[in-house]
Amino acid sequence: MNGKSSYLIRSVRTPNQELVDVRITSGVISDIAPAQSLNPNESEIIEGAQLQLLPGLVDLHTHLREPGREDAETVRTGSAAAALGGFTAVHAMANTDPVADTAGVVEQVVRLGREAGYCDVFAVGAVTQGLNGSELAELGAMAHSMAQVRVFSDDGKCVSDSLVMRRALEYVKQFDGVIAQHAQDPRLTEMAQMNEGVISAKLGLAGWPAVAEEAIIARDVLLAEHVGARLHICHVSTAGSVEIIRRAKARGINVTAEVTPHHLLLTDELAETYDPIYKVNPPLRTAADVQALRVALADGTIDIVATDHAPHPREAKECEWSEAANGMLGLENALSVIQESMIESGLSNWSTISERMSYAPARIGRTNPSAGHGQEIKVGALANLILVDTKIRRKVREIKSVSKSGNNPYIERELPGQVMFTFLRGEMIVANGELVKAL
Amino acid sequence: MSEAKAPVLSRHLLSINDLSREQAILILDTADELSRVSDAPIKKLPTLRGRTVVNLFYEDSTRTRISFEAAAKRLSADVINFSAKGSSVSKGESLKDTALTLQSMGADAVILRHSASGAARRLAEWTEGSVINAGDGTHEHPTQALLDAFTIRKHLKASSENNAGLGLDLSGVKVAIVGDILHSRVARSNVLLLSLLGAKVTLVAPPTLLPVGVSDWPVDISYDFDSAIRNTDVVMMLRLQLERMKSAFFPSAREYSRLFGLDSERLAKGENSPLILHPGPINRGLEISSECADNVDSLILEQVKNGVSVRMAVLYLLLGGAD
Repeated sequence: MNGKSSYLIRSVRTPNQELVDVRITSGVISDIAPAQSLNPNESEIIEGAQLQLLPGLVDLHTHLREPGREDAETVRTGSAAAALGGFTAVHAMANTDPVADTAGVVEQVVRLGREAGYCDVFAVGAVTQGLNGSELAELGAMAHSMAQVRVFSDDGKCVSDSLVMRRALEYVKQFDGVIAQHAQDPRLTEMAQMNEGVISAKLGLAGWPAVAEEAIIARDVLLAEHVGARLHICHVSTAGSVEIIRRAKARGINVTAEVTPHHLLLTDELAETYDPIYKVNPPLRTAADVQALRVALADGTIDIVATDHAPHPREAKECEWSEAANGMLGLENALSVIQESMIESGLSNWSTISERMSYAPARIGRTNPSAGHGQEIKVGALANLILVDTKIRRKVREIKSVSKSGNNPYIERELPGQVMFTFLRGEMIVANGELVKAL
Repeated sequence: MSEAKAPVLSRHLLSINDLSREQAILILDTADELSRVSDAPIKKLPTLRGRTVVNLFYEDSTRTRISFEAAAKRLSADVINFSAKGSSVSKGESLKDTALTLQSMGADAVILRHSASGAARRLAEWTEGSVINAGDGTHEHPTQALLDAFTIRKHLKASSENNAGLGLDLSGVKVAIVGDILHSRVARSNVLLLSLLGAKVTLVAPPTLLPVGVSDWPVDISYDFDSAIRNTDVVMMLRLQLERMKSAFFPSAREYSRLFGLDSERLAKGENSPLILHPGPINRGLEISSECADNVDSLILEQVKNGVSVRMAVLYLLLGGAD
């Protein structure tokens, strides 16, 4: 897949806000020099004067729905949406049908990603067979398969049994794997519909209390400490969870955590519309939680942004709130939401966002170094790069989407920024905001 | 009846929050005027002739359905009863498709009872007619609150010059709402409406049956029925669903009844001879003893009667003026 062309990106801003020229040759960053100092030679020129250069983004948490729910998304459409959103790698969650709990399924997902060719698709393996929460899936077989699975998760369901969680954490140490926990005490969230608080009381919707997330995280950081294993917490959504993770890290526990774009921008008040476009698990929380999550992402308590891109067909959302499916689209607007919530709020900068959306997720996922993800932008590195127009502001409604689904919670909003170019190992996947190879 | 040409309410009645204080009082006043129709030998007005009202009931609630049906018929509307059981709904038709179907049939108003909170709000987005929320999950039941307020006003605000309390609100009235607040749409609508009308509301319940977040409501909270009943003008008892016991909301029906049930002994502690309300159907011997249910201060059957008048008023004000 190495790009054969050569590109010269002129006068582009690096994450550290230096103005440079960058040349890509044969898939590799071949030259970086002060702005306007490199000669075009044979290279195709890209004027970068308005653009922000970032490393290709890596998503540790994506639902591509294939196999099983190809009416909602396929590996092909989902990975194309990822490329448009600036991702050069995504991790496909295991809750497909059949569940990705065997080497066969994870290999299929990875192969479909390669065939589509929009970005690298890594498979997340299920922790337990069929997400049943009681018997371990063949974690080793998935790790040693062509898919080289390193991230295991029952996402959508919590590994709630303490013993099973302990064993899983221990077992994956043999291949440097990580358990990504969907932290949700099942008994405390039976029938739960939205964040439990002032708004749920008013709306008469059954509450999903913050403690149901926090109690599991507290247990799991202690389990990870006890067995000396690596733990990752999916979609942290509450201020209390942030506090527990902060203390666990201070204690030296090997825990990492992610936050979704929607939990950094949207609040539970949106449920007052009873429009299930805002129904998601974990649910949207309060403004105080949003602020705590932003601060935690800025200071590194939360290590990464992960989209939890969760496509659903229209009928799954055009119904009563309690009947509707949980989940929101995330890939295409993720970087815009991060710009809005983290950059324009003054809390963070592009250098930190590069860490949170590229370097750190690649590290946590142990992506094979030969794929070149999450590497610093330097001469000799594989050219997984994106160029972002950070000055533009767009109505989300008017942005063309390539996802098969339309459950976009930002649809009524205006968001900043647009990914103009995406390079995967030097191959131009997105040019001027459009897929080079149309779906 | 004066000839109102334009409806003074907005298109739907989904929540008490849709109403201003003035609109709420207008509904109560209109209900009082219309109650005379129910007392007349021929119980019928021509106001809604040619209009189609659909009773769309996804939950069994014979009393609410009959009440709306009587209200619509006394205003000469055509009434279609659409019970979700045994219909296309049980074959998996979505609420949206049902809404579009009813609209194609020319329904001017849909009265919806549904087990999902917010169902009426969703329906209103998919249909051009008026939607009246006849109870949506554990959210609201606005016409129940209106009939409760109507009943309370009639008894506590009437005077020799104004024997129905016309034009008045409920300022100064003290109401205790007792029971499963957490799961009660009646309680939510009543808290909003009674506060809107100036009454002082106290919620009496075990902590497990109060919502987290109740602190934001304009109410006082009490876990002690004996002290709460002392100085209240109205006790509104809520129906208890026995299946709540299985989810550990309370230990046993006996214990619930002892602490939060209304019996004669407890009623006697009420220094203001409180009026007794209950939205029905009642569980005799559980949340209310037979002696209390049949007590002279019990307005339970009057509530049923007033329900028809209040629902006539709502239909009249929502549909009466538009062509």
